[in-house]
Parts: sequence; structure tokens; C-alpha cells
Amino acid sequence: MLQRIRNAPPRYWLVVVVILFFVGWPTVISSFQTSEWSQAIILAIAIMGLNILVGYSGQLSLGHGAFMALGAYTSAILAHRYKVDYLVTIPIAGVLTGLVGFLFGVPALRLSPLYLALATFALAVVTPSLIKRPAELTGGVQGISLTPPDPPQFAADGFGALTGTVMTSDQWIYYVSLAYALLLFWLAWNLVRHRSGRAMRAIRDGEVAAAASGVNIAGYKTLAFGISALYAGIAGSLFGLATSFVSPDTFPVSLSIQLLVGAVVGGLASIPGPLVGGIFAYFLPIESNQWVPAQTWIPSQIASAVVKAGPAVSYGVVLILIMIFAPNGIVGLITTGYTRLRRRLRGAADREAGQMPPDPQTIS
Amino acid sequence: MQGLLQQVISGIATGGIFASLALALVLIYNAMGLVNFAQGEMAMLATFVAFTLIEHGMSYWIAFPVSLVIAFAGGILIQRIVIRPIERAPILTMVIVTLGLATLVNGLAGFIFGYVPRSFPSPFSVQTVDILGAFVSYRDIGVIAVSAVVLLAIYLLLQRTTVGLTLRAAAHHPEASRLLGVQVSWMLALGWGLASAVGAVSGIMAAPILLLEPNMMQTIIIYAFAAAVLGGIESPLGAVVGGLIVGVTVNLAGTYLPFVGGDLQLAVALAIIVGVLILKPNGLFGRPSVRRV
Repeated sequence: MLQRIRNAPPRYWLVVVVILFFVGWPTVISSFQTSEWSQAIILAIAIMGLNILVGYSGQLSLGHGAFMALGAYTSAILAHRYKVDYLVTIPIAGVLTGLVGFLFGVPALRLSPLYLALATFALAVVTPSLIKRPAELTGGVQGISLTPPDPPQFAADGFGALTGTVMTSDQWIYYVSLAYALLLFWLAWNLVRHRSGRAMRAIRDGEVAAAASGVNIAGYKTLAFGISALYAGIAGSLFGLATSFVSPDTFPVSLSIQLLVGAVVGGLASIPGPLVGGIFAYFLPIESNQWVPAQTWIPSQIASAVVKAGPAVSYGVVLILIMIFAPNGIVGLITTGYTRLRRRLRGAADREAGQMPPDPQTIS
Repeated sequence: MQGLLQQVISGIATGGIFASLALALVLIYNAMGLVNFAQGEMAMLATFVAFTLIEHGMSYWIAFPVSLVIAFAGGILIQRIVIRPIERAPILTMVIVTLGLATLVNGLAGFIFGYVPRSFPSPFSVQTVDILGAFVSYRDIGVIAVSAVVLLAIYLLLQRTTVGLTLRAAAHHPEASRLLGVQVSWMLALGWGLASAVGAVSGIMAAPILLLEPNMMQTIIIYAFAAAVLGGIESPLGAVVGGLIVGVTVNLAGTYLPFVGGDLQLAVALAIIVGVLILKPNGLFGRPSVRRV
């Protein structure tokens, strides 16, 4: 065991550091900021789902906001009308959304990526008006308000013993979201490194070739859709919990675009990517909206216009620039930079020792 | 019965708007196998240009062609700056870039012109005229006439001129065209310019009905998607027929199906898209596609 820990590659240590950071973070920041960070983490979960679909199986969905809406409303209706404990409703919402996604994946099989993008985009645009219709179930335009949950006894006691402060509802929601994020990221990591992940990537890189190699195209494509929707459903459900309110306007088209921005910025087909992307996509508009009006040299009229149009403009610019110049996103940039740096450092060390750096092409 | 006729005619008018935008989508699809998610937003921006020109005292019938020319130049510019670097990238990349473009243009328009809906002038009055017992507004007739003229012009350009022939050749056989001396890359840019101008027509026609604001085309583009998919996405004729069918269907469904009403008309478009893709993926006029490794 000790031997294994000592030999663990540096990225495992990085994972440990990141997890410790996220566990300790709410004890440092305010309760309001904690709530913001839970939403960023929740966004990261949905982006992970989108990443499994787009990055690993090569199917483009522009409608994942709709799956989030389904998850959120499932939980909200169960909790509000049927008085089910909200925590119990989260996995139910996930499984239900996953099933719907799986069924949606069946007609999606016949569609080229382009048509799939069209259909899912249309779904995202229609979703708010579809939600408004069954008003007695969904609360119509008003939506459903939820009571924020109090932390259960064991969590409050443990938190109090460790930090000496009383656990707030926001902190409890943060830890629930973090727990789901850890579980789902771990599952995704396992998924993409094993049989089904390899099959999905084979389909992404060449469908006909994959079929010729015996990969069950239909099975894995629908599976990817189902899993991806499950992630979005859980994220939606958690989102309802974190904001204690769901309404049709919580799930506009721009939410689906925000998810895509997160997936692309973080890095498609990467596991840490969605986390980076989630934090980026959530905080970019919030931070810039606080920063711009605070600058005195910007005239207030321009500042208010920037606040309204800023997120759309910056999302658009970021999407275009990343796709043209860094298709592997931030994580891709960091990994390439790190590899180059290490190669250069190793070369320098070798030259000092009087050895020629190894020819990169002869290394297997 | 007269009510039905009235709804059909006003459906044809909205259908003309959808048809123009769908035709713009088809032009770009034919040029590079890509659905341009930014088409609606580009049309919206061109409509704002027309609005600004008219507000500064230009007459409607001069501002209209001038803004089409500006839209044409803008389309070429966008192709050169944004689309050209990713011409050979996977389709996924191209779709994401056009979506980014849509978001960007939408935000820019909001930044420059604000989000307050403005009324857009129309040269046609909203007074009605009696046709076979149905009351049809002059505005609907005007929209139908303008759309028809534009669609006819595009048809003549593509089918009867050397430029049209070169355009089609560059789209269908880029390698062979290059060998014959066609500047394929510039032909793609020309395709984007044309599409941008045709899309602008639909924006300018839609603005008096919907009120002009940055999100104006967000629903129209969904109807245009439905029209293009229904007609077969590589067929210009299909786009026009699809646009008219979608316009009439949506109008009739909104009027005669109580559960659809005004707010679920967009869901009808979604149903058309999904239905066509499942039952007849190549649309009414499309050719079946062949997949290669």
C-alpha cells in the first residue's frame, strides 16, 4: 500500500490536492459565495454529461438545458407536491432523465451529427414554453418555490466539531453537490478508460470502421445519450436544490449554450475539463458583471449595456477563439505546455550530465 | 371556410419569411455541408442596419437594397475571418463556431442597439383587401410578393448565370473546379455573402410583424430549420416549399388546435423537424446520402 502511494504518478497527487481544496473551500468563503460555488460545481456535473456525449462519443447536443429542466422539475414536483425528501428525489430525477435520454437516443441514431444538433437546439428553444403548459403540475410561469433544507444532525455535528462554526443550509447543499460531483466524475473516469469508453471513442473517430471492428454502434450511441442525460438530470435536480426555485426561465436556450461553452473551454474528451469549464462558464458573466460597473473610467451607460450583452459577446468570442486556436481547451493547453516544459527540462538535465537527450521518435 | 382561406394566405406570408431564411441555410449547406446556426442572428443584424438607415431619413425602398448589399459584404467578411480557418475542421467544430457566432452577433446587437423592442416601418399598410371573401392585409401580400421576387432572383442567379454555375460547381466538386481555374475559397465566401443577403430579406420582412429586437430571429430560425429539413436540406426548391408548408401548418395549428394555441406553435416546428428526420431523413426533395469511412 505504502509502495503504491509512493509510486503514484503526480496527477494522482493533483487530484488529491484538488479534492482537499474543494472540501475545505466553504469554510473560508462566505455563505453566499458557497452557494455560487455549489452552482458552479453543479454546472460542471452537467458539462461532464455533455462531455461524455460530445467529447467521447462524437454526438452533438445543443439541448442539454432541456434535460436539466426535466431533472429539476422531477425533483421539485416530487418534493413539493408529494412531500418526498429532496435528497431522495435526486437519484430518481437522474434515473428518469437518463431513461428519457436513452429513448431520445434511439431516433437520434438515425441522424447525422448535424441533424442531431438541429433537433436538440430546437428542443432547447421550445422547452420553456413546453414547461409552462401543464400549469397545475409545473406551476406555470411562476414556477415552484422550494424550502432550502437544513443540514441533517450528523453533518451539522461533524462540521461543528471540525470548524467550530454552525453549518448553514448553503454549506450543506455545497457538500451534497460536491459528493455527487466526485461520484459522477469518478464514474466518468472509469467509463472512458474501459470497454464502453473505448467503443464510444472508436465510433466518434470512424463510425463505419468501428462497426466493421464489431462495435455495437446503436447500443453504445444510445448508452452515451442515456448516461449523458442522467448527468444532466442530476445536475438539474441539484440546481433546483441550490437555488430553491425552479421556473421555465431558469432553463433558457442560453443555458444549453453555457453548457457547451463550458465543455469546449475546459476541453472536450478530458476528465478535468468539465470542472474547469464549469467554473469558467459560471463565474465569467458574474465576475465581469461585478467588475465592469465598478470601473469608474467606463461611462455608466456603456457599463450597463456591457452588463446586459457582455455574457453573450464573451461566450461567443470564447467559443470561436477556442475552436480555432485551441480545440482541446484549457486542459489541453496546460497538458501540452507541461509536456513541453518537462521535455525541455529533462533535455537540460541530460546535457549537464553529458548525455544526449533521447530521440523522441525512438521511444516506444 | 373564409376563415380557413384567410389563415392559409397569412400562413403563406409567414411561410415566405421562413422560406427566405431556409434558402439562406440551404445555400451555405450546399457550399460547405454545414448548417449555419448564426443565419438568423446575421439577418437580425442586417435588419438593424436597415432600421438605422431608415431612421436617418433614407426612404424604405433605398434602405432595403442598401442593407442587402451591406449584409452581402458582411457575410463575405464573416466567412473570411471566422469560417475560413476551420474550413477543413470536423463538422462538430464548425457547428460550435457558428453557434458561437450566433451568440456573439446577438450580444453585439444588444450592446449597440439595446434590448427595447422597436417598431419597424413597413411600406405596406395593414389594411385588408377582400380576396374571395377572405380579408387579407396588404402587408401579407407585400411579404409574399417580395419573398417571391427574391426567391426567383436567386433561382435565376444559380441556374442561368456563369457565376451561379461556378458557385454550384465549387460546392459540388471543389477539387475538379480548382483544376479548372475556379477560386473555390472565394466561391465559398460568395455563397456566404448571398446567404447573408437572402437571410436579411427575411429579417426585414419579419421585423414589422414581430417588432425589432436582438432576439427577434430566435424563433424564426427554428421554423427555418424545420422548413429546410422538411424540404431536404440541400434543395433550394425544397427550402421554399418547406417554408410555405411550415408557415401554413403552424398558422392553422395555432388557430384550429386548441391545445397548441399561440404559445406552442414553436413546438409544432420541433415536431416537424423530429418527424421528418425519423420518417424521411432526406426530406421531400433531398437525395439519400452515402457514408464513407
